[in-house]
Amino acid sequence: MGGTHGTETTAGPVLGPVSPEETGATGEAGGNPEAMAAVTRAVRAVLPANAVVSDRIELRTYECDGLAHYRVTPALVVLPQTTEQLAAVVRACAEHGVPFVARGSGTGLSGGALPRADGVLVVTSRMRTIHEIRPADQRAVVDPGVLNLDVTHAATPTGYYYAPDPSSQQICSIGGNLAENSGGAHCLKYGFTTNHVLGAEFVTPQGEVVQLGGLAPDAPGYDLLGAVVGSEGTLGIATRAVVKLTRLPQEVRTLLAGFASTDDAGAATSAIIGAGIVPAAIEMMDALAIEAAEAATHCDYPAGAGAVLVVELDGPAVEVEHEFAQVERTCREHGAFALRVATDATERALIWKGRKSAFAAVGRISPDYIVQDGVIPRTALPGVLRAIAELSASSGVRVANVFHAGDGNLHPLVLFDDAVEGAGKAAEEVSGAILDLCIGSGGSITGEHGVGIDKAAYMPKMFSDEDLDTMQLVRCAFDPDGIANPGKVFPTPRLCGEVPGKKRGAPHPLVAAGKAEAF
Amino acid sequence: MTTTPERSGPVPLGVPAPGAFDAHHPPSAELVSDCVHCGFCLTTCPTYTLWGEEMDSPRGRIYLMKSGLEGEPMTDSMVQHFDACLGCMACVTACPSGVQYDKLIEATRAQVERNHTRTPKDRALRTAIFALFPHKRRLRALRAYQRTGMPALVRRTGLLERFAPKLAMMASLAPPPPDKREPIPARTPAVGRRRAVVGLLTGCVQGEFFPGVNAATVRVLAAEGCDVIVPQAQGCCGALSVHNGRDEEAKRFARRTVDAFEAAGVDAVVVNAAGCGSSMKEYALLLADDPAYAQRVEAFAARVRDVSEILAELGSVAPRHPLEVSVAYHDACHLAHAQGVRAQPRALLREIPGLELREIAESAICCGSAGIWNVLNPEPARELGDRKAANIAATGASLLVTANPGCLMQVAASLQRRGARIGMAHTVEVLDASIRGLPPSALGVP
Repeated sequence: MGGTHGTETTAGPVLGPVSPEETGATGEAGGNPEAMAAVTRAVRAVLPANAVVSDRIELRTYECDGLAHYRVTPALVVLPQTTEQLAAVVRACAEHGVPFVARGSGTGLSGGALPRADGVLVVTSRMRTIHEIRPADQRAVVDPGVLNLDVTHAATPTGYYYAPDPSSQQICSIGGNLAENSGGAHCLKYGFTTNHVLGAEFVTPQGEVVQLGGLAPDAPGYDLLGAVVGSEGTLGIATRAVVKLTRLPQEVRTLLAGFASTDDAGAATSAIIGAGIVPAAIEMMDALAIEAAEAATHCDYPAGAGAVLVVELDGPAVEVEHEFAQVERTCREHGAFALRVATDATERALIWKGRKSAFAAVGRISPDYIVQDGVIPRTALPGVLRAIAELSASSGVRVANVFHAGDGNLHPLVLFDDAVEGAGKAAEEVSGAILDLCIGSGGSITGEHGVGIDKAAYMPKMFSDEDLDTMQLVRCAFDPDGIANPGKVFPTPRLCGEVPGKKRGAPHPLVAAGKAEAF
Repeated sequence: MTTTPERSGPVPLGVPAPGAFDAHHPPSAELVSDCVHCGFCLTTCPTYTLWGEEMDSPRGRIYLMKSGLEGEPMTDSMVQHFDACLGCMACVTACPSGVQYDKLIEATRAQVERNHTRTPKDRALRTAIFALFPHKRRLRALRAYQRTGMPALVRRTGLLERFAPKLAMMASLAPPPPDKREPIPARTPAVGRRRAVVGLLTGCVQGEFFPGVNAATVRVLAAEGCDVIVPQAQGCCGALSVHNGRDEEAKRFARRTVDAFEAAGVDAVVVNAAGCGSSMKEYALLLADDPAYAQRVEAFAARVRDVSEILAELGSVAPRHPLEVSVAYHDACHLAHAQGVRAQPRALLREIPGLELREIAESAICCGSAGIWNVLNPEPARELGDRKAANIAATGASLLVTANPGCLMQVAASLQRRGARIGMAHTVEVLDASIRGLPPSALGVP
């Protein structure tokens, strides 16, 4: 089995004490057929025939997102083209108490868009109009299905671009980025999605269309937009986004440095930032990750390197030149044995190609792998990397490291062969232990892939019950009926019974079945 | 650990699910499993670009194959999405995991042809296409009909569009017949020192619709020091058949092509149509089960070269005359994605003094021609063609250059609809014009 492409195998990320299925997080197939039938009728009345998918074979192609290990066939898939259509779908769901899950391009790595077997999957891939590019205002207004890189393509002729750059930027959508608060290599300097979204047209779980924020920065009142960005589809669906455009830098310089070990590369990273330089990006790859990238893209990284750093500086030419010299010196002082400077866009693209395709490329050196995503304080890098290496050595499970070193955002890739008895389980244990290492170092269980279904069970390791209850209050304020992507982010699906507002007669079936608690 | 189970496996009917495929070369489960579902292939997939739905993306189609291997039956809806694939292989270029979608879809298409019953209308159209295209004499008869003036009459009445929109599409694609045919000799000696002996595949569509391309190919190869042999026994290479799952027919064409060129004893087999070259390079896979050919065909396939490849390998000796023209170079999918030939034609064009090369935006996305796809799917093909034509027009170039007859016909139709004034030529025609010192107007540059 390649990568995390799921089958009936048991390979996959650690689920913690309770699996999503046991919690009822993904719904029961055929559950509540009358409500589903009513919703289907309602959406067929407002959407064109080709925008409603109910054929079983076709539904199955929506079973998973970029985390293919978890698979659930949705009861219905809809592909609205307008805000009105999307809102009508959500209203139908609200009216009949049917859960819905939003999906953009389906590239998420935490199963955030994993469908509900008893719900509607709302896919925004046909909402892909770029409404406005306003370079003078540094704004773009786009549909949620517009691809991240397409915003940059549209803005580049005017001298601007869209800064957040997840590795999947060629295909991931702005709506998905907004839901996941996506990051990327250059977020070290430019910040995450939340720093680049100024407004959104938003469909609430009741199907109302509201405006959050706007073209101007920092709207008065509560920062509801701030709550929505990164809420992983649990508060509603963005149907339009106002994003900030960033001026194309006058100068970009990219350096590829080869080191003997990740210790050296990690120390160089801390030294660069310690010197007061904020590069646009500092990315690290270890020997195994380099091997995979070479196999996939022939990126020509230095032979024999135990680790490489990709350091990119951008900004005014004078500043970049000065700092670049300092970065080169710092790398050499920390043992860099090979330095390559990209002199043009083609060479820069080749350096980045190796890095950006690394996840998928790992499929070339291992039949299966788990992509982990954790954050640690930057200074803890050498120690944690050493601990991961020890874990790997003692367990015999290979771990490739590709990550945003500048942010301390680790992406260990835990390799295994599912055809080998017990290999999947061993890999899961290593993957889980890595997260424990992150938490133990004062870090977090996810840097940018989100919690989704994959890490919901890990939330109690980071947060107390009180913390989680407080977050739940926010969710209930938006979605008292719990129909917006239920079962994601929080370890146990909780309902909002105690929250003032609508309360329906009979206890919720999940409560009755003992699978959820009323909150 | 427990994982989310398959919630929607085969419907439990009490009998084992048959699955979509028979045992004769089903799409390989191992190749299917190479896909990690990352979605990097979606961006350049023409059908995903058009419709934005998962089942009409490479990732989705692989998922359908996987479902079929796991027991899902071959339903009409499943087949519809396999059929909708243009086979442009942009996804193969885009895939970081090295998924061999080309092999997967080819195996799947053959399974579809064997195991799926098409509607009578669809069957009739496919039969008509395959009774016509791979046969030079029949194509020639069509050309004769075009020359009578009847087509214009039929077009004016709009009858064809009303009753057979797909045939109307076919008729509208065919360029007007050339005034005179230049005969292609069986052997053309090298000019100056002989550097190679090559065979030329003259092709069916190329030969009948664009005979000037073959004549130019012969002249350029000879000028660059090649003896050019045109085996008279050659026929269709089988590309259209293999790309449409017509396995047995494709094998027949392949055997005949191998025989014809083996007998000619050439160093290289030169092809100037991207689709043909890509298929011929993959003959080894097609004839792997044929003991009489399995060995020979590998040697044959290794000798196949696109004309731009062999010219780049040889390096130019014939002097180039200036050609003051701005050129938009269009990557034919079966040249760029299937054969990885991108740099050579560009390098050859750049050698021409005075020629300015411009890149077309979204170059990785297919123009919608895709063999006979545009005949079978006229509406979406037109959308893709118009998108390509808009990108071409945006370059402001006065000459469009590409290496495949299908692309030329498709893009010409779209450019015509836009009212764009732009010349169109095969790469080798541009080289020919430069070597012979012809003006840009000889290439139809307005």
